[in-house]
Amino acid sequence: MKTNYRYSFLILSIILLFCFFTNISLGSVSIPIKDVFNSLIGVSTSNESWQYIVQNYRLPKAFTAILVGSGLGISGLMMQTLFRNPLAGPFVLGITSGASLGVALIIMGASIFGGALAGLLISKWSIVIAASLGSFLVLLAVLIVSSRVRDTMAILIIGLMFGSITAAVVSVLSYFSSAEQLQQYIFWGFGSLGNLSWSELLIFFIIYCFGIVLSIISTKGLNTLLLGENYAKSLGLNIKKSRLLIIIATSLLAGTITAFAGPIAFIGLAIPHLTRQIFNTSNHKILLPAVFLFGAIVMLICDSIAQLPTSDYTLPINAITSLIGAPVIIWLLVRKRKMIF
Amino acid sequence: MNTNNKHIILKTKNLTIGYSAKKVQTVVASNINIELHKGELIGLVGANGIGKSTLLRTLTNVQSSLSGEIFINSKFLSQFNNIELAKTLSLVLTEQITSKNLSVFELVALGRQPYTNWIGNLSKNDIEIIIQSIKQTNIEGLKNKKCFELSDGQLQKVMIARALAQDTDLIILDEPTTHLDMYHKAYILKLLQKLVKDTNKTILFSSHEIDLAIQLCDKLIVMVKDSTVIDTPKNHIKQGTFNLLFPKDLIVFDENSAAFKIK
Repeated sequence: MKTNYRYSFLILSIILLFCFFTNISLGSVSIPIKDVFNSLIGVSTSNESWQYIVQNYRLPKAFTAILVGSGLGISGLMMQTLFRNPLAGPFVLGITSGASLGVALIIMGASIFGGALAGLLISKWSIVIAASLGSFLVLLAVLIVSSRVRDTMAILIIGLMFGSITAAVVSVLSYFSSAEQLQQYIFWGFGSLGNLSWSELLIFFIIYCFGIVLSIISTKGLNTLLLGENYAKSLGLNIKKSRLLIIIATSLLAGTITAFAGPIAFIGLAIPHLTRQIFNTSNHKILLPAVFLFGAIVMLICDSIAQLPTSDYTLPINAITSLIGAPVIIWLLVRKRKMIF
Repeated sequence: MNTNNKHIILKTKNLTIGYSAKKVQTVVASNINIELHKGELIGLVGANGIGKSTLLRTLTNVQSSLSGEIFINSKFLSQFNNIELAKTLSLVLTEQITSKNLSVFELVALGRQPYTNWIGNLSKNDIEIIIQSIKQTNIEGLKNKKCFELSDGQLQKVMIARALAQDTDLIILDEPTTHLDMYHKAYILKLLQKLVKDTNKTILFSSHEIDLAIQLCDKLIVMVKDSTVIDTPKNHIKQGTFNLLFPKDLIVFDENSAAFKIK
């Protein structure tokens, strides 16, 4: 059966490579393609600063885009299967708002709770930890509450409610913060792929890998869950263990991504649906790598657009993903009768 | 009386079933002593609300019993771990599966989950068993169809094939004939009878199709108020058990045709 998909995977990988190089070739400074490739392989280029831009700015940014797109896609896929809801995703279920709350507490709350600590706390690492912790706690809360209601729509609403609560807390915090802190938080909310140095990217990559490994381990459980929890149980699946595994994987992926790149909207929801439309399967052994490729491709494209090539401006990445993501959701709802889930 | 020499798959001893919440026990049925043997088709009949579902849920370890013991292959049900139980007991439930985008082959293949490795790869042996299960349930023509393309009757066959692929000594089905037309009701129950003969597995199902069950089952568990009796359909008729099933104002059991008639 897998041979049918081998072709599609090959094509997707080629597209991914193409998008990767296109993404690196484009930017506010126009660099000839030849020089881009030269700086990639380390050959000296006609302009020293070009080499610096490609190696220390564009390359980490492109890798970040791949990690963000694939990670959000995969966590969205897992949430949709776990919650038996095609509209689930890290964003809808409040993981991202949890991360926002964590970050808001660190950026803006520090001055309220302990003035002296404020400066020390706002390092990249404290933001990462706060975002991960926030997303994990909110997802756990959603899960605990949703274990009491069986209705999947109720779960979705509970997730949205938690989102509202965190948004309210963030508002209260913003009210008491300085303009500078507020700006820092709002800029974090725009999302950004280009802020990471190689060493930060490495840490990001390591945590991301943990999340991916856990997702791969969850594959069998996710496939069993396609039958519903009672059948899954009768097939010997330890529901509680699998559920926890999926949650940890999702919060590692979505939490770190939100921490390093800000709350990127819609990718987690839209990519799994796009993938299902094209691959026409529910088997996670196929979907997981396919979502990985699609997520990475779409994120690279979004980032290329956000760069506004050859102009000095960079649009917030979050706006671009929503501009692409929202029409996808509308399109899915319109053709709902054929929706694959 | 030669059934006594047969291997006992499932046995209950003074089983009481029901619900307990906040120290208040609601007994649904008590003093249940049944034995299911290898290679038998057993029907479970009773009026609505008498406790058929509760009994099945208790036997499949979905809910715990209030008192008494359940043995599967002479081992306490409570001593089974998840995987062991999944290799001994498979289920066909009334609930719908979550994803109907699965193909029939993929769905039947999920029955092999307790046997596959950590990622769920199918071995040659797994695939052979899946193909065999598909053959035994006569769904070869549906193999590559998606579940949302199937009729209720076809989907029920696929779910039975999935349970078969799980390769367990005992298959339990909760009302497998609901939502089906008269032909498919008979078809599904006849299929179960054939599977028992072909595979020598034990199949227990609950049903409201009492007249069909009388014709096809080796044994019937009849649940009436205050008693749960297992016997052959013939003996049940002889002892007049079926007359106790329902209030007598509307329908009566006719022994000659072995079916219920309007009064």
